[in-house]
Amino acid sequence: MTLWAQQLACTRGDRVLFDGLDFEVHRGAALRVNGNNGSGKTSLLRMLSGLTEPTRGVVSWDSEDIRSRREQYHRRLTYLGHLPGVKEDLTVCENVMLATRLSGNCINRAAAVAALRQIGLGAQINLPTRVLSQGQKKRVALARLPFSSATPLWILDEPLVALDQEAIGWLSETINRHLDNRGMIVYSTHQEISLNVDQHLTVNLVAPC
Amino acid sequence: MLNLYLAVLRRDLLLAYRRRSDVFASLCFFILVVMLFPFGVGPEPALLKMIAPGIVWVAALLASTLTLSRLFAPDYLDGTLEQLLLTPEPLTVVVIAKIKAHWLISGLPILLLSPLIGVQFGLSAHEIGVLFLSLLLGTPILSLIGAIGAALTLGLRGAGVLVALLTLPLTIPVLIFGAGAVSAQSSGQGATAQLQLLGGLLAAASALVPWVTAAALRISLE
Repeated sequence: MTLWAQQLACTRGDRVLFDGLDFEVHRGAALRVNGNNGSGKTSLLRMLSGLTEPTRGVVSWDSEDIRSRREQYHRRLTYLGHLPGVKEDLTVCENVMLATRLSGNCINRAAAVAALRQIGLGAQINLPTRVLSQGQKKRVALARLPFSSATPLWILDEPLVALDQEAIGWLSETINRHLDNRGMIVYSTHQEISLNVDQHLTVNLVAPC
Repeated sequence: MLNLYLAVLRRDLLLAYRRRSDVFASLCFFILVVMLFPFGVGPEPALLKMIAPGIVWVAALLASTLTLSRLFAPDYLDGTLEQLLLTPEPLTVVVIAKIKAHWLISGLPILLLSPLIGVQFGLSAHEIGVLFLSLLLGTPILSLIGAIGAALTLGLRGAGVLVALLTLPLTIPVLIFGAGAVSAQSSGQGATAQLQLLGGLLAAASALVPWVTAAALRISLE
C-alpha cells in the first residue's frame, strides 16, 4: 500500500502555492509537511485526503487515482483537519462514538470511555463538548485515533496545536504504535514530536512571495 | 450503508433535540404567519376559506426555508462536514439522511399541525384530508430542493437570503399543485390530478437531488 503524489500543484487565485511536488509514502513511514503559515500545508493535506482537487497532478493510492475510487480510499484513511470536527451540543462520549461510527467502525460506550480515560478526559465524559477548553476539544477529536488502526493512512493537520505535554506524549505513543503496526502517517506541525520511524520523509513548502 | 444512514439520521435528530428551541421557533413562525392573514384580509369566513390552502402552503414554504440554514452550515463551521465527506460510503447516503432529518424536524410538525389550521379556517373534513395529503407529498420536496440551495451557498456571506432567492422560485410548481389540490377539492373537481403530480415531483426530486447536493457539497468544501 502506497500513497503516491505526482507533480502536485496548488494555486489559490493567481498565487502558486506549490508546483511539481513528488513523493511516495510506504507502510511504516511518516511524512512531515514543513512550511510557514500560508505556504499551503493544509491545502496539501486536504488534497491528499481527496477533499480538494489538485490544480495539476495526481494523488494515487496503490497506483489508482484516489478520485476514481473514493469510497475504497476513505476506507483506508483517517483525516483530522485543523477544525476539531466535534459537535458542541453532543457530550464528549457521544462525539467519540459518533466519529468512529461514521468512519465505519462501531464501538460500544465502554470502549469510548476507556479511550477517553487514556487521553485524560475521564472526568468530562458526560459533559457537553461546548464547555471544554480548546485543548480538551482537540483531545476529543484525537480520541478516535486508537480506533482507527484499521485505516493504514493517517493524515493529521497540526495535531499538536493547543495540546499540553501530557497529551503530546499520549499522541506520540499512539502514532508510534500505529507506525509499528505498519501504518503510515502524513502530518504537519510547528512543534516537535518524537517518532520512532525508519523512514521519516519531509516535504518543505516555501511560502510564495 | 444502512448503518451510516441511521447513524447520520440519529445524529441530526439528537442535535435538533438538544436545540429544541430552534425547532419550536420555526413551528411558531409557521403558526404566526398563518394567524396574521385573518388580521390582514379581514374576518370574512368565505374569503378566508378560499385563501386558506394558499396561506398554509406559503407559510410552510417560508418555515422550511427558514430552517435550511441549519442543514449543512453548522457542520461546515465545526469541521464535521469534512468528516462526513470522508466516510467510506457514498456521500449520497449522508445527504439523504440529512434531508430526511430536516424534513422530520421542519416538515413533519407542520404536517401534523395542518388539520388544526384547516379547522381554524373552516375547511371541510375532505378538504383538510386533501391539505394533509398535499403537505405529506409536498413538504419533502421543499426539503429536497432546499438542500441543493443550502449546499451551494455553504460558506458564503449572506447565505440565508441567498438560499431563499435560489430555492423559492424552484418551489413554485409545488406551491401551485399543493394549494391547487385543496381548491380543486373545494370546487368539486377532485384533487387526484394535483396529488399525482405532487407525487411525481417528489419521485423525481428524490431520485435527482441527493446526487446534485452531494456534488454541490464537494464543490463548496474545496
